[in-house]
Amino acid sequence: MKVLVPIKRVIDYNVKVRVKADNSGVDLANVKMAMNPFCEIAVEEAVRLKEKGVVTEIVAVSIGPKAAQEQLRTAMALGADRSILVETDEEIQPLGIAKALKAIVEEEKPEMVILGKQAIDDDNNQTGQMLAALTGMPQGTFASEVNVEEGKVKVTREIDGGLQTVELKLPAVVTTDLRLNEPRYASLPNIMKAKKKPLDVKTPADLGVDMTPRVTIEKVETPAERKAGVMVGSVDELVEKLKNEAKVI
Amino acid sequence: MSVLVYAEHDNATLNKVTLSVLAAAKEIGGDITVLVAGKGCGAVAEEAAKAEGVSKVLCADNDAYEHQLAENIAELVAEVGADYKHILAAATTTGKNFAPRVAALLDVAQISEISDVVDGDTFRRPIYAGNAIATVKCADEKKVITVRGTSFDGVAAEGGSASVENLDVVKDSGLSSFVNEELAKSDRPELTSAEIVISGGRGMGNGDNFEILYKVADKLGAAVGASRAAVDAGFVPNDMQVGQTGKIVAPNLYMAVGISGAIQHLAGMKDSKVIVAINKDEEAPIFQVADYGLVADLFEAVPELDSKL
Ligand SMILES: Cc1cc2nc3c(=O)[nH]c(=O)nc-3n(C[C@H](O)[C@H](O)[C@H](O)COP(=O)(O)OP(=O)(O)OC[C@H]3O[C@@H](n4cnc5c(N)ncnc54)[C@H](O)[C@@H]3O)c2cc1C
Ligand SMILES: Cc1cc2nc3c(=O)[nH]c(=O)nc-3n(C[C@H](O)[C@H](O)[C@H](O)COP(=O)(O)OP(=O)(O)OC[C@H]3O[C@@H](n4cnc5c(N)ncnc54)[C@H](O)[C@@H]3O)c2cc1C
Repeated sequence: MKVLVPIKRVIDYNVKVRVKADNSGVDLANVKMAMNPFCEIAVEEAVRLKEKGVVTEIVAVSIGPKAAQEQLRTAMALGADRSILVETDEEIQPLGIAKALKAIVEEEKPEMVILGKQAIDDDNNQTGQMLAALTGMPQGTFASEVNVEEGKVKVTREIDGGLQTVELKLPAVVTTDLRLNEPRYASLPNIMKAKKKPLDVKTPADLGVDMTPRVTIEKVETPAERKAGVMVGSVDELVEKLKNEAKVI
Repeated sequence: MSVLVYAEHDNATLNKVTLSVLAAAKEIGGDITVLVAGKGCGAVAEEAAKAEGVSKVLCADNDAYEHQLAENIAELVAEVGADYKHILAAATTTGKNFAPRVAALLDVAQISEISDVVDGDTFRRPIYAGNAIATVKCADEKKVITVRGTSFDGVAAEGGSASVENLDVVKDSGLSSFVNEELAKSDRPELTSAEIVISGGRGMGNGDNFEILYKVADKLGAAVGASRAAVDAGFVPNDMQVGQTGKIVAPNLYMAVGISGAIQHLAGMKDSKVIVAINKDEEAPIFQVADYGLVADLFEAVPELDSKL
């Protein structure tokens, strides 16, 4: 079966972002960018399913600036067979992204779409669920285990109270949680090979979708800093402070 | 103008987080209706009817809603929501699962995990693991929103007397089914609503060593949490993870034991009132957010703490 893996170019998770002085957003100039960690897990899961013989083709797709080609090359170095960039420099939001992905789904007809559960920049946690709604597919979000069976997939989901397993008819949307797998590193020969794999570039107009943002960002601010605390010298001092100063025990 | 609040529950009792969502609804203003969907969830509807500020409770009691499957719940909420300007759910794994689906069905944006209501169109929400707070304004006629429970003080659970109406809308997509569930059982308070939380990290060494935290927690009536490293290493189950991609907590007292203080962990606990860090490495970043820091070996400090409480 064919699997579609949407991936997002985001700020590297090790970078601590700084809010711009004019409060228009965060400063992304010269910061290290990378594939969203949850998307790496999505690619890895697709590759493992291919290694098991369940999946025959993996198509990576990203919607974003030209530079997102880097992340698509990474996905192909990790094992995706080809990729599609829907190139736009406009601001894009989950509903618009889901509409673009729906158009790709209609062209490619994958049996499964594996996405990250959230992107670590905007922390929205929406795109997979929206795509599922628009395509009428069932969804297995926050997956920590995925088992494909004949015509269906069993997904174990990380929920607040523990774990829940659901069975979904294929085609289905799955979004990855952290413990689904540990992504591999791309080897140098695979990075070289990825350069020759096909990367199609399309525009939102080609897909005929309206990706106009529905939400405007009025301003972005730095959260209130915590005031500096004190170091205590002993457990006794800690207990005394918690009882008498902070009054929390 | 009216607001629809989706109730979070386990078919038996109303989850306290719903009271926080109701507080957000109150700030938006207008009549508040609570939708309870589940199976055998009549008691939950009665409970919701008593909450402060609720004018009506709709109860959809059907097999199709027993396990909160997103496919079914989203269709129900999208249909019922037609009459409301705002649709609110908690930013729990249940709310995060179905709310974007509702928004897409209605062709509107979804606003995730708001921490503040500015007005009916404008909200504040943390982005970049809480390292920035965005003020966002939504132009859509209808707004589908998830609410960060720890950012709103819940309304009173008692005092209201709303009417309960049974709802005969059955949405069963047939696309998904429930297989099973493994829920953590604990006598300790629930992590996201506990007054005191004690979390252990990779420094705990193994799962058995968490015993020393449980002892302190039980003396203080605290919940026990963990870092992702501790969960990944298999010391404790996933539902104990605090952080950007785990649970968000904001107790009166948060104690981080053997946790370095990665930004992803801080994102889940830095709104706590008082933070204590116990770590043997005085350079650990956790000390930068701690009100009280103790540089010590946790295997000595925690048992000593236990003996002095
Ligand atoms: C202040 C601010 C300014 C912004 N300005 C811009 C801008 O100028 N240009 C711009 O491009 N974006 C911009 N964005 C980001 C844009 O809003 C997000 O891409 C969009 O909201 C998606 O949300 P998310 O990534 O949190 O989605 P989530 O729902 O959290 O993402 C979940 C998963 O969906 C998939 N996914 C998400 N996005 C994509 C994508 N683009 N392509 C393929 N798969 C995807 C991935 O698998 C991902 O793991 C801005 C955001 C903010 C906060
Ligand atoms: C996409 C993404 C999402 C993530 N989401 C989360 C999340 O939600 N929550 C989360 O927690 N992490 C998350 N992480 C992981 C995060 O980056 C860190 O790896 C993790 O928080 C580290 O856990 P830790 O502090 O327990 O371990 P470490 O960083 O290894 O720290 C262990 C600490 O224990 C101390 N220590 C060791 N032995 C002792 C002793 N005997 N006495 C006292 N102190 C001792 C050490 O000095 C050290 O500071 C995420 C990462 C990614 C990439």
